[in-house]
Amino acid sequence: MTAAIELTNVSKLYRKYSGRQFSTLKSALLQRSILKDLRPNETFPALTDVSFAVSRGSTYGVIGRNGSGKSTALKLVAGITKPTSGTVRVDGRISALIELGAGFHPEISGRENVYINGIMLGLTKRQIHERFDEIVEFAELREFIDAPVKTYSSGMYMRLGFAVAINVDPDVLLVDEVLAVGDEGFTHKCLDKFSEFRRRNKTILLVTHSLNLVEKFCDEALWLDNGRAMNHGDPKRVVGAYLSAVEQSEEQLMAATTAKALREHDGQAGPVAQEGQEPQEQPADPTTNMFEATEGRWGSREVEITAVSFVAGDGQPSHIFHSGDAMAVTVSVRAKHPVDDFVFGIGFFNAEGVCCYGTNTYLEEMNPERLAGAAEATFLVDSLDLVEGTYKVDVAVHKRDGAPYDYHRLLYTFRVKSRVHDVGIYRPKHRWRFAGDVTFGAVK
Amino acid sequence: MFSNLANLLRYRGLISSLVARELKARYRGSMFGFFWSFINPLLLLLIYSFVFTNIIPNQDDKTKPYALFMFCGILPWTWFATSLSDAAGSLLAGGNLIKKVLFPAEVLPIVNVLANMVHFFLGLTILIAFLIFYQKMPDPWDLVWFPIAVAIQLVFSTALGLLLAALTVHFRDIRDILANLLTLWFFATPIIYPHFQANVQKFKPLFNANPFTHLAISYQEILFFHGPIGHWKWLLGLGAASIPLFLVCYWVFDRLRDSFAEAV
Repeated sequence: MTAAIELTNVSKLYRKYSGRQFSTLKSALLQRSILKDLRPNETFPALTDVSFAVSRGSTYGVIGRNGSGKSTALKLVAGITKPTSGTVRVDGRISALIELGAGFHPEISGRENVYINGIMLGLTKRQIHERFDEIVEFAELREFIDAPVKTYSSGMYMRLGFAVAINVDPDVLLVDEVLAVGDEGFTHKCLDKFSEFRRRNKTILLVTHSLNLVEKFCDEALWLDNGRAMNHGDPKRVVGAYLSAVEQSEEQLMAATTAKALREHDGQAGPVAQEGQEPQEQPADPTTNMFEATEGRWGSREVEITAVSFVAGDGQPSHIFHSGDAMAVTVSVRAKHPVDDFVFGIGFFNAEGVCCYGTNTYLEEMNPERLAGAAEATFLVDSLDLVEGTYKVDVAVHKRDGAPYDYHRLLYTFRVKSRVHDVGIYRPKHRWRFAGDVTFGAVK
Repeated sequence: MFSNLANLLRYRGLISSLVARELKARYRGSMFGFFWSFINPLLLLLIYSFVFTNIIPNQDDKTKPYALFMFCGILPWTWFATSLSDAAGSLLAGGNLIKKVLFPAEVLPIVNVLANMVHFFLGLTILIAFLIFYQKMPDPWDLVWFPIAVAIQLVFSTALGLLLAALTVHFRDIRDILANLLTLWFFATPIIYPHFQANVQKFKPLFNANPFTHLAISYQEILFFHGPIGHWKWLLGLGAASIPLFLVCYWVFDRLRDSFAEAV
């Protein structure tokens, strides 16, 4: 098979002009620096040494975070911009679904816009005439086709743009995140159209954030990060690699959030400063203030929390957990002098500030006798049955009457990921059972 | 560059449909619609007639009726001036096309020049109606020169339009400079005063250096003045100069082409 699209060592530098100098002709003339200013003084690499080939008739997915260079790659393939170095070769007629309905004129009717848009995309008047009904049918706009485009809703606008672009009958179709525009039904129609393209041995280059789509639909995938090709090949493998990288960076973000929260609230309630604490900052009974989600740290520090760590089931410290994983929260403390009145407490809050779960050793009827020196309390969860989301954590050591030794309010963050996008606060362990004539088809 | 230039021929279908769109969209939603293309020059002509017969009556017999004389120069000037100011902003206005679609950018300024040419032709019908009304029928042999003058103006305006369009992408202030420059240029061209006036003759070399002088005088001689076209040498000279000018402007446009998608 020959390649329909081939990028060889392609780099693209965007220029960053230091705006002020270049903004006016006057200053450029006065400083006699037009030529100098025309040269960029700073560049930004959007793509660095990217090579890939898409064989004819295959569907190729490009994934990556925002700003990773996906759209730039697509624009290079479309020929809208030129590579700074390297070569881009495309075989056959291209239709780019990059900005749907770019070039529609709002004042004139949908009908006239279809003709002009079609001509812009390289069709002749006759060809458009032949395909006109099909285009209008596909866009589901029969009754509005003679109304000016400015009266269209954004969905109608996109549908018409999509219908024209897809009917150009390209050899290579470039798709940039356009499936997000229509309603469910239209999205299916688009996917069907793509499948038809595949059957007719056309090449599709797809840029998307929908990893499901890539896994189901693409023959190969490319993962771009910071303008570099990180991985390419089998979609399942590439998506997996991408996901674990995303998790890693989220993990770093969580760790950074936690560190920042600790830094901000550290030292504010040292053993000495504690005298100056405002009374309202020291809730007599933590449970009454449990639902007031403000971060903070307070307490007498007779017993001090020195570290809090989250450990996943595999024994690795982590801030990302999958729903149903095991999790252990270890609270390290140090008592300045032995105490006999102490309670370890922990609470989980979701992003809305709702307490998902809270408990302490006193509620669970553990009778404190002695705590001295350095010690650890570990809260073990066998199965973290929370729905997907970001959670904040309270940890505290206090007296039985609630007087805090060290109260860490919402200073720790962890994230729960889940393949099931169920909703609510927690996920009870569950199954489904059906009786009667109930069948389910294959997963969509 | 030359292959791009040859491509331009392939885009003639695109250009013609875009010109049609431009004209259609222009008056969409207005009550008189397309008639404005006639009404505008008509009203302008009536105003000038009133002013120059009743308020500042003109003495020179050769330029009577004065309003009609001016109109012969103002119509092509309007085509020229609006073409340039539209073309200068054309790439910015069509930014969506340049950034998102593989689109030959030079089509945009060309469409502006052509759409304004259509307006010029429509205004011309008003001019002809009044020429007949005042019984100042142009000499049919003179009229042979008319398409030549139009063709030369077309090449000249397109050349400047391309250059301005390309430069305006990088220097936005060109549009403001251009607006003022065009006013100056209008008064520096013998349009509202005849070129044979004594005080114009004093600055003859300066006037000759102004390319639009030759177009304006040619139109006036073709449409208004009787007698042979005395200015044809200048006109053809301008035509000969317009072609290399067009190539130079197109070359500049072509050189800057790749920067449009990023700078618009």
